[in-house]
Amino acid sequence: MLTKETYDVIVIGSGPGGLAAAIEAKKAGAQDVLVIERDVEPGGILLQCIHNGFGLQNFKEDLPGPEYAQRYINEARAIGVEFLLDTMVIDVTPQRRLYLSSQRHGYFTLDARAIVLAMGCRERTRAQIRIPGMRPSGVFTAGTAQRWVNVEGYMPGKNFVILGSGDIGMIMARRLTFEGAKVSRVLEIQSYLSGLSRNYVQCLQDWDIPLQLQHTIKRIMGKNRVEAIETVAVDDHWNFVPGSEEIIPCDTLLLSVGLIPENELSKKAGVLLDPITGGPYVDERFQTSVPGIFAAGNVVHVYDLVDYVSIAGDTAGMHAARYAAAETQHEADYVPLKAGKNVRYVVPHKLDRKALENGNIQLQLRVTRPIEEDVWLEVRSESKSVVRRSERYARPGEMVTIMLKPSMAEEVRQAASLTVDVYPKAEA
Amino acid sequence: MQEKYDFVVIGAGVIGCMIARWLSRYEGRVLVIEKEADLGMGTTAANTSIVHAGYDPVPGSLKARMNVKGNAMWDQLKAELNFAYVRSGDYVIAIGEEELPALDTLMIQGKKNGVPGMIMISGEEMRAREKNINPNVSGALWASTGGICDCFQVNVAAGENAAMNGAEFKFNTAFEDFIMEGDRIIGIKTNRGDFLSRWVINCAGLYSDVVMHKAGVRPEFKIRPRKGEYMVFDRADIQIDNVLFPVPSEAGKGIMVTNTVHGNTIIGPNAQIIDDKEDTSTTIPGMNEIWEGAQKLIPSLDRRHVIATFAGLRAMGNAPCKTPGVNYNKDYIIEIPENVRGFVNLGGIESPGLASAPAIAEEVIDLLKDAGEKLIEKKDWNPIRPARPRFRNMTHAERQELCEVDPAYGRVICRCENVTEGEIIREIHAPIPAITYDAIKRRTWLGTGRCQGSFDMPRVTAILSRELGISPLEVTKRGNGSEFLSRQTKELGVQDAD
Amino acid sequence: MEEKNFICTACPMGCKLIVRMEGDKVIKVLGHRCRRGEIYGRQEAVAPQRMVASTVRVRGGLHPLLPVYTKGSIPKRRIGDVLAAIRAVEVKAPVKATQVIIPNVIGTGVDVIASRDMPEK
Repeated sequence: MLTKETYDVIVIGSGPGGLAAAIEAKKAGAQDVLVIERDVEPGGILLQCIHNGFGLQNFKEDLPGPEYAQRYINEARAIGVEFLLDTMVIDVTPQRRLYLSSQRHGYFTLDARAIVLAMGCRERTRAQIRIPGMRPSGVFTAGTAQRWVNVEGYMPGKNFVILGSGDIGMIMARRLTFEGAKVSRVLEIQSYLSGLSRNYVQCLQDWDIPLQLQHTIKRIMGKNRVEAIETVAVDDHWNFVPGSEEIIPCDTLLLSVGLIPENELSKKAGVLLDPITGGPYVDERFQTSVPGIFAAGNVVHVYDLVDYVSIAGDTAGMHAARYAAAETQHEADYVPLKAGKNVRYVVPHKLDRKALENGNIQLQLRVTRPIEEDVWLEVRSESKSVVRRSERYARPGEMVTIMLKPSMAEEVRQAASLTVDVYPKAEA
Repeated sequence: MQEKYDFVVIGAGVIGCMIARWLSRYEGRVLVIEKEADLGMGTTAANTSIVHAGYDPVPGSLKARMNVKGNAMWDQLKAELNFAYVRSGDYVIAIGEEELPALDTLMIQGKKNGVPGMIMISGEEMRAREKNINPNVSGALWASTGGICDCFQVNVAAGENAAMNGAEFKFNTAFEDFIMEGDRIIGIKTNRGDFLSRWVINCAGLYSDVVMHKAGVRPEFKIRPRKGEYMVFDRADIQIDNVLFPVPSEAGKGIMVTNTVHGNTIIGPNAQIIDDKEDTSTTIPGMNEIWEGAQKLIPSLDRRHVIATFAGLRAMGNAPCKTPGVNYNKDYIIEIPENVRGFVNLGGIESPGLASAPAIAEEVIDLLKDAGEKLIEKKDWNPIRPARPRFRNMTHAERQELCEVDPAYGRVICRCENVTEGEIIREIHAPIPAITYDAIKRRTWLGTGRCQGSFDMPRVTAILSRELGISPLEVTKRGNGSEFLSRQTKELGVQDAD
Repeated sequence: MEEKNFICTACPMGCKLIVRMEGDKVIKVLGHRCRRGEIYGRQEAVAPQRMVASTVRVRGGLHPLLPVYTKGSIPKRRIGDVLAAIRAVEVKAPVKATQVIIPNVIGTGVDVIASRDMPEK
């Protein structure tokens, strides 16, 4: 039963970002913290990620997705976070009024002193990459198939081809094989693996599932149900290589071709979005361009480790609680962060000049191309290096982090802007 | 005992359903047979949904007469059947000075066809009306009677109104042959049995030639499918406010850029003559062609905002125009043939078929009357097909009220288009039930947004399973053979990986 | 002498390992850049291990399936047997996360445990 109309902090989404934010908001002193979840139970996408690989950083354990979520759900409940399940947020205004809809409570509004957006992301579709051909049954995104296989209990086909060598695609290749289906091929348009090599070994190599790099789909065949797909090799510019076509009979095509932050509500709230990440512009507190509206997790940019999503949720939740308590936002003076050499984007997009005095700030970024040699990751202010650390490689499929520390506070405070570069040591 | 009808309509596309709706006004049993699992899965499912003004067809043709007459009937039709339709007007855009004469030709042609409300506007005025237009626009023809609609809603509304007034519908029922008594058709054979009828009406669209040949009518008539491809843009990313045509060419009206009643922008169609009447595949050359054509009108389009692509087939015929002196050989066939009795024959109803639909229905009624049919109006004929609540189009207050009346409208199933469980349930139990995923999609607009069904597909499958009392394994996308699911995840006896 | 090739999965780097064997004995590991890589190479060549995650049928639960996993790794060549053992089981709701579903699955010494709570419907 809904007893309140106004909450200190409302979190939209109960995946790892939202759960962490809600818990931390409570710990930071917010009285009324409400999490809104469109599904019938909390946990978000983790509930269908039944494979291991979660929690290595935060718990030093190798957990499956549901167990990772369960720990946060238990803590949230214990600490007094409220949940509104089976409820969809229809609209959010810049004044932080939410319009919600559920079968149980009907159509209603709630107000929040602070909001944390944690809606995660959606999958890129067939239409967005414009795969030509017929439109039969049997073309699904990998996440939709995962939901059916792991939660609803149904197999969406018998004989699969998977487009995209991202982690979701590879994980599903193994999962389907475990359940007795055949996975004939995994196709990847790039010349390099999109996801983690651990998944290549344990999901594809272990099960003799062939991976073809620099291949894509030319056409889907079948009127009522997929009957075959026509593959084709591509060059470095994604042009088709004539004569390389092959027809693979199958009854299902899974698409694992990228994740897109889900920001429809963010736009309605007037939040400004970065066209490169697809998510909101955020500062080091994960506050968006609208005061009192924060964002955490895949809704900001696509992470690869859930542990970092939880940490982002912590930050956003804490600051949301503080905002709710203080109501007024002090006018921050920001240093913008820019993507430099080989960097596609950096989050946060800007830092409060004084923020470093209070503690570390982790910069999160992705590179534009794979660099398979020793690299420098460097933050500089004009030509002056602020911090530099080395890594043995840099790949687009793995988020890169650099820590800014209080010892750098003075340089950051005086910088006009900060640029992050990633480049081979050999080029230095 | 064979079923006996007064009128059997072959095909439940927009033409078949519109005719059925007009027929259902009169005494007599009406049956509509449809080979697919749902209404309108042929041409009606995939077109631009434009209600053309009528300046394009050749003057003197049946096409021109039906288009202009039909266009004028749409306001009343919408008021009675309650579908999405706006008489928004449309523009034919001339790019560069050399295209201006083509606008004059259309203006003259339109006047000959009796199209009201057309004016010429300057390039400057056009730039003011459509801020995204190609800056080299030299002028435009503004036709204020043109409109846009959701043609599938029109199809459903007409079909439902027919059903409300007693018409029967049989799906998955394919015409095979006529039952003849001498030169009179007395019924049809289908894959699901024979049906006797005093009249059979050919609304078979792409297959209208096949049907009429079975009666020995017009052996020289041939339908060749003309494919048109389309791209749909995310309404959040691009807002075109108008219906924009290029100047027409031999191939047809050309590649348009238009807004839709749902707020999306769509581009297309091209025109490619193919052989396979079932080939609705999109192609790379086709999509490139519509992209280039659209760029000519709106250079600022961004391909990254495409959320859907599809292709439709037009039933292009080869029938010569009956009007003396008019040299045109792709005209509509709407006739009662001389050599066969009990048969109303339609063929080649391609664009402007949608705009013409109500006029075509009236034409069929007139033909029947002329042939001596005494059509007696039903005392309880109800022309109104009530509107259905659409959560996404409602105000906050309206939504609140709707949820109080029926809580099922509170659960949102398609998050991109805000379609609720209440609406889905309503369609499943409608006068013409929606029992496939695509049927629900076409009626509610669910799954058409940027996630293209990724979120709603498992949920809609569960709802269909529950409401129809079938296993989720039996839920299909578009009818038999298009099931989503093959088996349960944990089935005994299935081999594991080893 | 035999040479086996592996991609190391001890960390995301993915070094390409070459393991030289004489029969069942590892003679040398090449291509690793750290100690963990050498250990991985030896293990993978002689007795590769994997963790297995799957689902079991549930009666009376919120969902028809309960996700489970092996609490520890099992020999790779026995994955099929582990999956068969999981397939044969049906549990009854309610279930608590980390509850043991199959103790010592197929004699590996590793338990199959529940990944989450599964409340009753």
